[in-house]
Amino acid sequence: MDLASLFFYLFSFIAVGAAFMVIAARNPVHSVLFLILTFFNAAGLFVLLGAEFLAMILIVVYVGAVAVLFLFVVMMLDVDFVELKQGFLQYVPLGGLVALILAGELVIVLGGFIFDPHFASGVGAAPIPDIAEVSNTKALGLLLYTRYIYFFQAAGLILLVAMIGAIVLTLQHKEGVKRQNISAQVARTRETAIDVVDVETGKGI
Amino acid sequence: MDFIDNYLIPGAIIVGQSLLLLVIVLVSVAYSTYADRKIWAAVQLRRGPNVVGPWGLLQAFADALKFILKEPIIPSGSNKAVFLLAPLITVTLGLAAWVVMPVAEGWVISDINVGILFIFAVTSLEVYGVIMGGWASNSKYPFLGSLRSAAQMISYEVSIGFVIIAVLLCVGSLNMSDIVTAQQDGPGTMIGLPASLLDWHWFALFPMFIIFFISLLAETNRPPFDLPEAESELVAGFMVEYSSTPYVMFMMGEYAAILFMCGMTTILFLGGWLPPVDIAPFNWVPGVVWFVLKLLAVFFMVSLVKAFVPRYRYDQLMRLGWKVFLPISLFMVFFVAFILLLMGWA
Repeated sequence: MDLASLFFYLFSFIAVGAAFMVIAARNPVHSVLFLILTFFNAAGLFVLLGAEFLAMILIVVYVGAVAVLFLFVVMMLDVDFVELKQGFLQYVPLGGLVALILAGELVIVLGGFIFDPHFASGVGAAPIPDIAEVSNTKALGLLLYTRYIYFFQAAGLILLVAMIGAIVLTLQHKEGVKRQNISAQVARTRETAIDVVDVETGKGI
Repeated sequence: MDFIDNYLIPGAIIVGQSLLLLVIVLVSVAYSTYADRKIWAAVQLRRGPNVVGPWGLLQAFADALKFILKEPIIPSGSNKAVFLLAPLITVTLGLAAWVVMPVAEGWVISDINVGILFIFAVTSLEVYGVIMGGWASNSKYPFLGSLRSAAQMISYEVSIGFVIIAVLLCVGSLNMSDIVTAQQDGPGTMIGLPASLLDWHWFALFPMFIIFFISLLAETNRPPFDLPEAESELVAGFMVEYSSTPYVMFMMGEYAAILFMCGMTTILFLGGWLPPVDIAPFNWVPGVVWFVLKLLAVFFMVSLVKAFVPRYRYDQLMRLGWKVFLPISLFMVFFVAFILLLMGWA
């Protein structure tokens, strides 16, 4: 067994174990922390595949941003998981059906390679340049910005719409809140800010 | 035999290099706390630490020893495992980022293709130490501090990301060493001068340099953006409940991260190990000396900012991040890409 497979088993065992703990942990914050551990090990697996760009992006996006938001929500909302789990059993048939469909699809996709090694070549998957020639950041960029440019743009647009939607749903301008207007503050001059009043002795303003 | 040649010897070399780097970084961290206090004191016409050792040079070690010998107090209401994990994460990440930092030509432990992304990943994880510490303490002030900190670090990461993208557009590589070597030619060499400090990115990408420096302060929770631990409002922010060794680990992680970000500024904008002018007396000096000098110069500026800038209010901090830096850096990314394409330099 070479070192790469040793690391593969290390990463995958920890990933599977941590993924199990995500649903098994009683404390929701611990669940999120285990989820982060899972992401980490998935990133390690990507590195073993030679996909270092994907590994780093996985950490930056999922661990650095998405999981932080999860953690925020879980910490702030004080979710009671015991209460949530009460109606758990009535969803078993539906959940089981989804799980079965997913498992079946996995078998079809992965089993396809055994019957026909060129199984996926017709569907897509343009030939990937050799890793020794082109770094995989460059290879991904070349593919993403040429062949898949419209899908890439469409994904960007969908995200933009989602972002605008979230802002519209949560934006509320409260009246009567004191706000700082920096340009107004900077634009003040001696004339607008100071009023020289000649007060007579014995009288107020 | 094969195993020894292929795995054991390279492994031992890497461990040796890492230990050497670790020792150097930790000693630098100790002296950076001393330097920080000395500079701060000098601005306020005080002497600063001057009792322990000659000129107070051993102050940092005395402090560390005192912290370690004290009793670590773990609040009874805290979440013990997470409470102790938080400082460990902070210090590990603060030190882990150094692995891809090239201090001189070829002097880097791991010269990976995606070096800058690795750094971005590690710095984006540093927020976890703060959030976990604040939450696990199970107390109001730490939690408020950690919430502030998380929002702050995420906000400024966005503009740091755009600044890095602009630099990457000019370089065309994610490798840290490539970023430095790409600064050997630029505006200066175009008008016929020898390779000099005019070719470094700070000149060509000037507004980005300023934005990066200010975002660096916010990202590492330095004054004037030290809201997570604003003493006057939150006592010590997310560190309120920490004492003894866990506290010292938070401080070590924080200073290691500050030094690291100073190193990043050096690599991205100040030409890394390149001499200021590539002519006779200057290019005899080894590259690592230039790197350290530049890093110290940036650290000096970081310290000075602490001494003479008042703390930002929280809404001003958010306004600066989202309404000022984000649009400017986003525009600059487009502008840089446009110029590169127009002149055919890309």
